Amino acid sequence: MLKKSAFIVFALLCLAALFVLAGCGGGKQATDNKTQQLSGNVTAVGSTAIQPLAEQASTQFMAKNPGVKVVVQGGGSGVGLTQVSQGAADIGNSDIFAEEKSGIDAAQLVDHQVAVVGMAAVINPAIKIDNLTKQQLVDIFTGKITNWSSVGGADQKIVLVNRPKASGTRATFKKYALGGAEEANGIEEDSSGTVRKIVKETPGAIGYLALSYLDGSVKTVNIDGVAPTKDNIVTGKYPVWAYMHCYTKGKPGGAIDAFLNYMMTDDVQKTIVPQLGYIPGTDMKIVRDAAGNVKNK
Amino acid sequence: MRKILLHRALKLSGSEKLGRILTTGAAAIAIISTITIVFFISTKGLSTFLVDGISIKDFLFSTHWLPDRLPEDGGPQVGVLAFLLGSIVVSMLAVLLSAPLSVACAVFIAEIAPNWGQRVLQPAIEILAGIPSVVYGYIGLSVLVPFIRNNIGGLGFSVLAGFLVLTVMILPTIVSISTDSLRALPGEWKEAAYALGSTRWQAIRLVLLPAARSGLMTGIVLGLARAFGEALAVQMVIGNTRKIPGSILDPVITLTSAITMDMGNTPMGSLWNNSLWSMGLLLLMMSCFFILVIRFISLKGGAVR
Repeated sequence: MLKKSAFIVFALLCLAALFVLAGCGGGKQATDNKTQQLSGNVTAVGSTAIQPLAEQASTQFMAKNPGVKVVVQGGGSGVGLTQVSQGAADIGNSDIFAEEKSGIDAAQLVDHQVAVVGMAAVINPAIKIDNLTKQQLVDIFTGKITNWSSVGGADQKIVLVNRPKASGTRATFKKYALGGAEEANGIEEDSSGTVRKIVKETPGAIGYLALSYLDGSVKTVNIDGVAPTKDNIVTGKYPVWAYMHCYTKGKPGGAIDAFLNYMMTDDVQKTIVPQLGYIPGTDMKIVRDAAGNVKNK
Repeated sequence: MRKILLHRALKLSGSEKLGRILTTGAAAIAIISTITIVFFISTKGLSTFLVDGISIKDFLFSTHWLPDRLPEDGGPQVGVLAFLLGSIVVSMLAVLLSAPLSVACAVFIAEIAPNWGQRVLQPAIEILAGIPSVVYGYIGLSVLVPFIRNNIGGLGFSVLAGFLVLTVMILPTIVSISTDSLRALPGEWKEAAYALGSTRWQAIRLVLLPAARSGLMTGIVLGLARAFGEALAVQMVIGNTRKIPGSILDPVITLTSAITMDMGNTPMGSLWNNSLWSMGLLLLMMSCFFILVIRFISLKGGAVR
């Protein structure tokens, strides 16, 4: 008897849990435009490169505006762009321009560039090379050069470590470091953390990482004698960098607008952004459009 | 009096009804989720061929994975042959190694040392089944990959690392099903074999294993299905190189890891994303095939008995 009632209770609990879970999916943002007390929910979804920045900014923002709940999720740039164009998320984070992604209607999205991030070619620390010409880099990544001795290193096989083709880091590296050349097949890892681990541990390995992922365990390579530093990026000497975009569908209002504005304040730009290894957009002396054209500010 | 009877009847029918509603509801949820998931994967997966006009032949038998290439350069191309072969090679090798190992374990648990085996070995294997796949992958990445790199050769990320991890992962599945099917055999068969003068090993080899073969096969096919569908642990150790491997020490990529690799960054509805769903559909069809095989085996097994 006890068993039977216990079973019924368990079954009812399961059903209840199911309904609660189903209910969660439905709850979307309810932003109201009160000027005094901000309230509502903001969901920001997308690029894992922006995620740490958005998370820290949202924590501080919520401490200042207790009525607002900001939820930051990863998923990838493509997910961010899709979700925001479908209206499923309020903010879509992406480390590439919406125009660069096929299948996205960029015209209905509004771009908010919150920071800049540089990307560097990284090699196993045991490799005695500090500089590669752009042509050497292209030859290495397209598989024309397969041994480090061809570029002045020891006689050792080159091991390519790529991100997947859909990754924003790979897209940026391919466009600005390799001049659009198609990479040869190599090891592929879907997270930058794993790329760093593999490059660190595998003899002869070369890969690429956002500067925010550098922790001294792998060695960066200068391209044509230019080091991947902040100074070289803001002056346009080092070309491999990307904007971090927060896209909204149409002009944002209420809590979403307030959060995006907060991302641009000194609270975020002067502290969190440099701490995490990003570059504030205001420091840039050049601007670049979706087609890759660079102009002085 | 009539009132009490009526009350009793109502109460009885009430609890009967509740039970019926609960079980029917649970069954309905299971059936509805299966149907909707299959429907969703099928519509998404088929749109690669129906909407984007990729031919099934190009999809299955081409190794050119260039979903981002512009049409003027001859793209986009979404050939998944390398991923499919990778999946097949890694899971087949895992089953080849795991099946004899598991069946031997099952024989040990069920026949050689029923007491000790049941008290020690079975819980050990159940724990093995409970280890999350990310932990398997992490151990593989931190222990197996460097070991292969330093002692055997190559990068460490290899077919070898992948199938060794899978071998351990599918072991519990095959062992538990094989043990059950060995235990289900009537005790008289073993006794009859002994009575005819066979040794213990002869009884196991000539009577028990052949008699339990449909159960053993079911276990092996389920293990194969698990190996085929495993994503995370394998992805961490195989190196994910989109090429058909030339040796057991070469890195490789499987269907599952090709899906997880790209799914986050491809927009819904694009050819790229649709072709990932087509790979999912392919995996689904594979597991349907495995289920059919199991059904077929158990039908045949029934006829033998």
